[in-house]
Amino acid sequence: MITIERKKIEEIADMIKGLNKLLVLGCETCAAISFSGGRRQVEELCAGLRMARETEGDLAEIVGDSVARQCEPEFVDMAGDKIAEADAILSLACGAGVQLIAERFPDKIVLPGSNTTFIGVTEKMGLWTERCAGCGDCLLDKTAGLCPIARCAKQLLNGPCGGSMEGKCEISKDVNCVWQQIIDRLSRLGQLDKLAEVFPVKNWTPAGHGGPRKYVREDLKS
Amino acid sequence: MKSGSNLEKILASGQFAVTAEAGPPKGTSAKVVQRKGDLLKFCCDAMNVTDNQTAIVRMSSLSGCVLLQNQGVEPILQMVVRDRNRLALQADILGAAALGITNVLCLSGDHQKFGNHPTAKGVYDIDSIQFLQMVKQMRDQHSFLNGEEISGEVPMFIGAAANPFADPFEFRVARLAKKVAAGADFIQTQGIFDMSRFARWMEGVREKGLHEKTYILAGLIPIKSVGMARYMRNNVSGLSVPQELVDRMANSDDPKEEGVKICLETIEQLKEIEGIHGIHIMAVAWEDIVPRLVEESGLMPRPVV
Repeated sequence: MITIERKKIEEIADMIKGLNKLLVLGCETCAAISFSGGRRQVEELCAGLRMARETEGDLAEIVGDSVARQCEPEFVDMAGDKIAEADAILSLACGAGVQLIAERFPDKIVLPGSNTTFIGVTEKMGLWTERCAGCGDCLLDKTAGLCPIARCAKQLLNGPCGGSMEGKCEISKDVNCVWQQIIDRLSRLGQLDKLAEVFPVKNWTPAGHGGPRKYVREDLKS
Repeated sequence: MKSGSNLEKILASGQFAVTAEAGPPKGTSAKVVQRKGDLLKFCCDAMNVTDNQTAIVRMSSLSGCVLLQNQGVEPILQMVVRDRNRLALQADILGAAALGITNVLCLSGDHQKFGNHPTAKGVYDIDSIQFLQMVKQMRDQHSFLNGEEISGEVPMFIGAAANPFADPFEFRVARLAKKVAAGADFIQTQGIFDMSRFARWMEGVREKGLHEKTYILAGLIPIKSVGMARYMRNNVSGLSVPQELVDRMANSDDPKEEGVKICLETIEQLKEIEGIHGIHIMAVAWEDIVPRLVEESGLMPRPVV
């Protein structure tokens, strides 16, 4: 999933200053799983923003709605009527959702209510951690299923560096050294010899350094 | 000879080498570097110039190297992959070669989080081992990473770091083997305080015959005070400072003198370890002590080759 963290209400309140009709639009996929932008969080945020505006004596019409996925035009368009009535849309989706709304509704102000953080997993309730950097050229077969691009602070392909201590990364005792984990796992699997070879220099083009990426499937194109 | 550097000649002749470290200033004063050069020129064979050490912005390593060279000191250009991508690294190697610099130390670098610009974007386009391989390719095949030809020679004596005190210990010899395979002509180790762990690592190094494929310079960090010992024990990742050593500093009436004694004892022990080809003294903010350490460990005068 893409983990999404809602911005602080003060920052949002500042962003919507002077706007009279606001639509807060949630997304029932990653944002809902992140507990930051699903239906319930939309309602909570609307209430909070209304209260903030009331306190300032600056009443505004703030309504909420939510769609299944803000990253697909059909679903975004389903909120079309409500979007048409609003002066501005505060999207609680990831950055892709915010931008698709901007593209579909050229005359509307679109604002981000959240920060898109990373592709990760729910470790436990209330804790999400990064797993994938979307580098476009998966190498997990060589690293025991654990990613040094997403999880090594220096993205080393031939780690661990000299800062790995007692299983922790040099940047913080709260961060596991993924190279320690890779070595432990490869040892368990009897595959430590995989690390004997020097891992070659990475092509960063599919990781986004060749410009914005796209994915085309001719067989699916209509 | 791969580079013809003084350091390479001394090591190739089988003599025990001494290198020292000079950190460039957080400013533009050439004098700071020149003073360190003058101070250390007769007691070491080459001097490392650090590259934004601990991710704190300082005068560039390459400029520091040129300043030292003008003082008659042979520099070792430290380069980290944290701040430069493959284009910039190769460009600086070409520039260094053009300026007559013949030693380079290829490093990852401390994470930018530790430095004075902690919100910077780290580069890490290639890692330190890939960097070693790249410089070796530039030197031996006269080609860039992409295979294009380089005009002119790139006579570099290529160095790498090794930290026997980092984890997992069992992998540290294997990682050295990777660095040697990638092209490390010489190794400078992390500062040694935990001699038993270092000796165990060296056993592994000898078992794999790595000491015959690369020159290993053992790292030393002279300790000035008990505060420094404690700080390094508790706060510096990648260092192993035994409690006994902190206690020894704490119980001494003259901690500076105790620090010198500890360092000299360590050098004596290192001389006895098979496969050690020299020492590398990192006297951070205590460069003045280096001549005395080299003198009293019987390593003066430095050989002329």
